[in-house]
Amino acid sequence: MADSNRVDRPLSPHLTTYRIIFRPQITSFSSIMIRVTGIGMMFGVLLAVWWLLAAAIGPEAFATANAVATSWFGDLVFTLSLLAVWYHYLGGLRHLLWDTAKGLDLRTAELLGWVCVIGSVVLTILTLIVI
Amino acid sequence: MRYLTDRKRAEGKGPAHHGTDTHKHMTLTATGLAFLMPVFLYIFGHALGQDHAGVVATFSRPIPAIVTGLVFFIAMMHFPHGAGSVLIDYTKGRTRRYLTIFVVSLSYLITATVLYALIRIAN
Repeated sequence: MADSNRVDRPLSPHLTTYRIIFRPQITSFSSIMIRVTGIGMMFGVLLAVWWLLAAAIGPEAFATANAVATSWFGDLVFTLSLLAVWYHYLGGLRHLLWDTAKGLDLRTAELLGWVCVIGSVVLTILTLIVI
Repeated sequence: MRYLTDRKRAEGKGPAHHGTDTHKHMTLTATGLAFLMPVFLYIFGHALGQDHAGVVATFSRPIPAIVTGLVFFIAMMHFPHGAGSVLIDYTKGRTRRYLTIFVVSLSYLITATVLYALIRIAN
């Protein structure tokens, strides 16, 4: 039975193990970063929602929210969130590809990890140029 | 003694009784967001930095309003499952329960706020 065999196993995805025998791996790094970016972009979401709500309420509320959203702090939050969105976007596409059982070998997986990291930076710069 | 994990002993739709529904839901919302997100980034990026009248004018047009509503509606269905899987991995017991309630509540709150703002702008 499972219950008679309770031991203190490390939590998946084994952060403690990585720390002990850590060596930089693009596969684990690119996977962990999907979680980090998914939660991190919520800061941009909250700022955007406040800004939109303020625009709906009226010019005075908008002036306050817009001052924050267009300040250096707002620029920092939105630029990092944009990077997070593109990283999460490419990481998500990678998962949709993996769901079709393609690209699962180590070489392709490592390559796709780099595509996520470099691609998100490139797409962020392109977006900042376009908008 | 042979060790069988709960997952391995699972039969039918597994111990949670909903099979791979969460995974299918995530791929469905992810696909929707993959199409909507670039359009939304363009709309939002152009609106940000404009004055109040410009922002209201942008989001009172049908396509920016519908795309914005859809992006937040779908993203806030996607987010609690993603954050939920993080909570399942790194938290236990009461902490997990409270944080799960917080994440789900925050998602609904954001959806409701965005829809309210869009309706008020459209008026």
